[in-house]
Amino acid sequence: MSVTIEKSGPFGHAPSSVSKTMITVLVALLPATLFNVWLFGWPALFMFLITVGACLGFEAICLAWQDRPVKATLFDGSAALTGWLLAMSLPPWTPWWIGVLGALLAIVLAKHIYGGLGQNVFNPAMVGRVGLLVSFPVQMTAFVPPKPLFSEGAPGFIDSLGMVFGGFKNMDAISAASALGHVKTELTKGVPVTESLPQVFDLTSMITGMHIGSFGETSAILILLGGLFLMVRGVISWHTPVGLMGTLFVCASIANFFAPERFPGGIFHLFAGATFLGAFFIATDYVTSPVSKMGQLAYGMGCGFLIWIIRSFAGYPEGVAFAVLLMNALTPVIDHHIRPRAFGRTSKGEPLPVRGDSK
Amino acid sequence: MKLFSIRGGIHPDYRKERTSEKAIVSFPLPATLFIPLQQHIGAPAEVVVKEGDQVKKGQMLAKGQGAVSAPQHAPTSGRIAAIAEITAPHPSGLPQLTVVLESDGKDEWVDDLPQPIADPLKASPDEIRARVAWAGIVGMGGAAFPTPVKLNLGAQLKIHTLLLNGAECEPYLTCDDRLMREHAAEIIDGARIMAHTLGAGRVVIAIEDNKPEAKKIMTEAASGHAGVEVIGVPVQYPMGSERHLTQAITGLETPARKLTADLGVVVQNVATARAVHHAVRHGRPLIGRVVTVSGGALPDPKNIDVLIGTKLSDLVAFCGGLTKPAKRFVNGGPMMGQPLPGLDVPVVKGMSGILALTAEEVNEHPASPCIRCGTCVTICPCGLVPVEMAAVIRKDHLDQAAHLGVMDCVSCGSCSYICPSHIPLVHYFNFAKGMLNAQDREKRRLDRVKNLAEARNARLEKAAAAKKAAAAAAAAAKAKAAAEAASQPPADNRPGA
Repeated sequence: MSVTIEKSGPFGHAPSSVSKTMITVLVALLPATLFNVWLFGWPALFMFLITVGACLGFEAICLAWQDRPVKATLFDGSAALTGWLLAMSLPPWTPWWIGVLGALLAIVLAKHIYGGLGQNVFNPAMVGRVGLLVSFPVQMTAFVPPKPLFSEGAPGFIDSLGMVFGGFKNMDAISAASALGHVKTELTKGVPVTESLPQVFDLTSMITGMHIGSFGETSAILILLGGLFLMVRGVISWHTPVGLMGTLFVCASIANFFAPERFPGGIFHLFAGATFLGAFFIATDYVTSPVSKMGQLAYGMGCGFLIWIIRSFAGYPEGVAFAVLLMNALTPVIDHHIRPRAFGRTSKGEPLPVRGDSK
Repeated sequence: MKLFSIRGGIHPDYRKERTSEKAIVSFPLPATLFIPLQQHIGAPAEVVVKEGDQVKKGQMLAKGQGAVSAPQHAPTSGRIAAIAEITAPHPSGLPQLTVVLESDGKDEWVDDLPQPIADPLKASPDEIRARVAWAGIVGMGGAAFPTPVKLNLGAQLKIHTLLLNGAECEPYLTCDDRLMREHAAEIIDGARIMAHTLGAGRVVIAIEDNKPEAKKIMTEAASGHAGVEVIGVPVQYPMGSERHLTQAITGLETPARKLTADLGVVVQNVATARAVHHAVRHGRPLIGRVVTVSGGALPDPKNIDVLIGTKLSDLVAFCGGLTKPAKRFVNGGPMMGQPLPGLDVPVVKGMSGILALTAEEVNEHPASPCIRCGTCVTICPCGLVPVEMAAVIRKDHLDQAAHLGVMDCVSCGSCSYICPSHIPLVHYFNFAKGMLNAQDREKRRLDRVKNLAEARNARLEKAAAAKKAAAAAAAAAKAKAAAEAASQPPADNRPGA
């Protein structure tokens, strides 16, 4: 008749779980992913599967090594999500070892060295991407123009396997620069933005996604769709995406207003590169971003500002990954300083004064 | 009326429909009743009967002792079979002194019940308070704080509003809902008496919008009385928390470490109001209550009018017995209720619900690592950062937890309920609060000892100084005398004298 008491209440629980959250994010990524598989063809699909598979493999190895429950943790979806996001941030046509190496950096170095799920300071997918970018700049900046599945000139299934595992031939001939890369390169040659930008900037194709870019970042509209889905499901809130995109837009627009030949405008910055993917799926990573809503807003703003700084002044054309990692480092500081006001206390933590009778 | 929003909160699965349409039923007179001497916050009552005594219904069994206490009365007539240590309905499962009353089946009232107070709305507050204290009334929403102490707040502070809490925001519980539907007039009368006692001009009865029938009936019952309003509040757990309800209704935010009374608002539960009505208008002590007996393990959950001291196992049998295995027994609601060690314990005054929950309902899972989703921060109705507090408590940094505001936590359970990693956050906070309270008590004890020791040293020093001074004075006097003696030629020392 008697029941052992191990803990206090509540004696009930919402039907929430870590894996449900992770799976919701994966579902939200699905439209953009499917679109980009179609857009970049078999090599991209193989790269995607290799990267996700490698992440799961490294996760399993790390868990087994630490005598942690492998099956339960592996299928909570967190490693799959890391792999998925890493794949989306890689150029669509990359050799197999890029995906595997990225997974090694993301899962082993960025996640398990720190203690596994929930303990990592830096976004694992972005550690993977940045590690690859600084180590293998050639492979990591070789973007291919869209070659939709089954279209003319698109590699077939077998050819693609050969390319991914045997190496891409003539990559120099087929690859092209991303919009951000093009503008940056031209600028170093002395070509003003006002001239170089119109050559690559076509808003319609950037919204739909029919343009050059990393595997998962091209379609603003589908990423936005996934982001809105996450907001509706309560997985993310508007604070980080709005903070990031708003700040980036404002910084770029102001600079563009004063020096249009040197700085591209806000609209270009929003739709070029990984802004949408970063705003809705990368910067919103739970583990490495602040826990309070106001903290997330500040964090998003910091990301947006750094993206603009890096894109405008640093050597790399794209800055989302670097910006997110830098802000990851600031997350504990933000969490320490920006916290909700406690009930009955001032924002400094002192008890509120008694106001006396109400009218 | 304009309502004010409260921060955070959750929308748990309410599961009230299991009992909300079931009228209150009376439980048949049990053969034996077990009346614990401490059913309230404060000092336990002091027993005034002895083994073998014959008592009548309503006779005092134990009197309150000290400023914060409450007496216990015989719920029926019969013989005192024993006064013994019996397992209390407390998570510890420890026994406490309990009066065991064997019913004689006659259920006869005692002759010397106090007379009804003729016109309580004109009676002096002291008279009402004395009556409420005699009746042993405590907060029946679950806290079981002695009501007369709370009614005395009007003597110290200016109280403008009595807020009657009919929010019943806990899942499963429907006893307040049924009480409001079936005894609206008594509740409103009790509320008016309490408002008069407090000197409050306004009575606001707050009912969550998921109880439209209760709201309608209470509104009708209140319509004839000036200064009594019934207000629907949004369904948002923990709306029934005293501070949050006060904020929702008045917009006033109770400062930390203060009471709602400091803002002029006293909150009382609807069942308490009805008990006050019975004590004042009929001279009846608090010897029974309505309790919701529910949970998935029971085939026929009910709202039961039951005598204090009835064994929970009898009530569970009355609801069809456990037809499914119960994972947890809970005293109160599932969010803030206390776990029960078993069913072999009696009903007490503060027990609003008895739940036999199946494993499926409890939905317990082993905790997994925190993914820092921040949901606990967003929903915390107290504006705290549960994830951070739990992290420091895990490392035993209780001082840091105190700095982060763990003592401001009302243990509403929202964070634990919502946590996707199933981390028992409130368990950590309750642990920390217990430890910090113990440390505080120990510190105060040490301070007292230190003060006493210092006082003693000071006293001894003073005594020593006085002694020394006296000795010095004596020595001085002696020296002076000697000097005087030396200055005078000692006559009798003359040679040859």
